[in-house]
Amino acid sequence: MVVESIVVQTAAKITLVLLALAVLLAFIRLLAGPSQADRIVALDLISVLIVAILAALSIYRQQRAFLDVAIAYALIAFLGTVALARFRERLARSGRIDEHQEEIDQ
Amino acid sequence: MTQYFVAFFMIAGGVFCFVAGLGMLRLPDTIIRMHAATKAGALGSGLMFLALALFYMDLSTTLRAFAAILFILFTAPVAAHLIGRAAYCTRVRLWDKTWIDELAYTCDWTEPEQDD
Repeated sequence: MVVESIVVQTAAKITLVLLALAVLLAFIRLLAGPSQADRIVALDLISVLIVAILAALSIYRQQRAFLDVAIAYALIAFLGTVALARFRERLARSGRIDEHQEEIDQ
Repeated sequence: MTQYFVAFFMIAGGVFCFVAGLGMLRLPDTIIRMHAATKAGALGSGLMFLALALFYMDLSTTLRAFAAILFILFTAPVAAHLIGRAAYCTRVRLWDKTWIDELAYTCDWTEPEQDD
């Protein structure tokens, strides 16, 4: 049973605006972040925010299918974050990346 | 009555997600920024799925929403741990006021690994 109400619709609109602002703030950090680890953290936050956007959109459009999309996207985003972090750590372990060294080189 | 709970949980989740974005922009350090990304982000999207479970009051949707909450709560610490270790081992610059460093010898690889 789906409750049609103006309260839920208004709350969904406010929530979508807040989530869009949050994605914008995280995207500024993604562009500006001084190290690559900052960019990985910003990408992780953006994927979590996209999952929240999909849940809010499911309420706003009253479509249950968005929930499955959100679950599948959360799984794939977790795999992507783990892959990026492992790649980064392996580069560090083989001594090919050092943030201080990058700063010195710049 | 249910609609007010749905609206409350949705707006609370949106506010927590906005705080997560704000912390991502404003906090001073990579390791400290991960607090905003994982704690506030996971709480915000968990509240959003709770609102979704209250909104459609049927069994299959509610079960999937709670499975999504459990999945987020299981994967967020793992991802944060991996990113944090990678960030620490590439020696990102810590905050000026950081005075305790419990991992000081963790990433001191004297001989590189041979597996790759």
